[in-house]
Amino acid sequence: MSYKIAIASGKGGTGKTTVAINLLVSWQRVIGEHIELVDCDVEEPNAMIFFPEAQKEKEESILQLIPEINRDSCTFCKACVEYCEFNAISLIPHVRFAEVNQSLCHSCGACLVACKHNAINEIPYPIGKVSSYKTNNGYFIKEGRLKIGSLMQTMLIKELKKRVSEHSNIILYDAPPGTSCPVVETISDTDYVIIVAEPTLFGLYDLKLMIKLTREVNLPFGVIINKSGLGDRQVYNFLREEGIQLLGEIPFSKEYAGLYAKGDIVDKASEGIQEVYKNVVAKLSNEIMQYD
Amino acid sequence: MKTLISASENKVEALFDKRFGRAAWFCIYDEISGAIEFVENENVNASNGAGSKAAETVIAHDVKKVISGDFGPKAKELLEKFEIQMVIIQDDSLTIERIITKLRK
Repeated sequence: MSYKIAIASGKGGTGKTTVAINLLVSWQRVIGEHIELVDCDVEEPNAMIFFPEAQKEKEESILQLIPEINRDSCTFCKACVEYCEFNAISLIPHVRFAEVNQSLCHSCGACLVACKHNAINEIPYPIGKVSSYKTNNGYFIKEGRLKIGSLMQTMLIKELKKRVSEHSNIILYDAPPGTSCPVVETISDTDYVIIVAEPTLFGLYDLKLMIKLTREVNLPFGVIINKSGLGDRQVYNFLREEGIQLLGEIPFSKEYAGLYAKGDIVDKASEGIQEVYKNVVAKLSNEIMQYD
Repeated sequence: MKTLISASENKVEALFDKRFGRAAWFCIYDEISGAIEFVENENVNASNGAGSKAAETVIAHDVKKVISGDFGPKAKELLEKFEIQMVIIQDDSLTIERIITKLRK
């Protein structure tokens, strides 16, 4: 069975993808080919930016079934409206108006159960794509890419996760920023959450939100501080007071930030930073052993 | 012709509510008969789709003009489909009575 690790942050821009890619590189050297990185930030997937030479092995369109009401068979009894938890169905009897609002519909299928007059059919609509890549240096990466305008992030993340290889020993999920539904979906079935934080006041505030969420879903977690040297000591003090595991500390480097901006971070970490990731991998391998 | 005004309470002295789908009451004023009716907004606390439900209320009551502070995209889409005039007022210190008086002029 695979061990699943989510890399989340609360605050955006703390370095989730940087950490995810460095862990992928560092870990693959330890365990060989059975690790996979999955970019769950379906609104703005960015992991593939760092692997421009990667070959797309598979691409799948993900469909959402949205009900359509046939006005000729509809009796305007409103049973479907009562069943719909999301207020997605508009029925106005005297003008014979019957429509399903696509952006409100969650495709739960309740209206089909409610309708006794066979007036509802489901029509497939694409919500995005799931793609699988293999890079030149043998890394396996998957990403979900939401169709612009679709609000079905959570559904797409669910479908993306269903397509992860069973052969992977370790799966790294690069989570979206924030602490809302797509993040909950990303972390909910994982075994461990790495929270990437930055040592600023804003960073501390969002770190606390993310920790609250992780505790709520009852998952073990540890924190990596990225861009250390910036900001102040408040994040460190908080972690110490709360007894939270600090997995590693990555010093801020202007040079590295420059490489990131050019999309060139794979295998570019300095020896010192590589050492930090090696230690993180060692700590997490320890967690995995306890889990096995 | 009927006009719907988003209202905070079910009386003409009540303040106008700038929120359309989240107003507690809808005041429907019939310009021809002068009749004033208050309809409770059942979806005031709905987690989704309050705007489109409010627009349905408008259409179901044969209203041709809506006065509110703003209209969300889903409400707007439905109201446009039925060619209902949307009037935006930004002053929420106005009472329903005051707005109706303005309509009468």
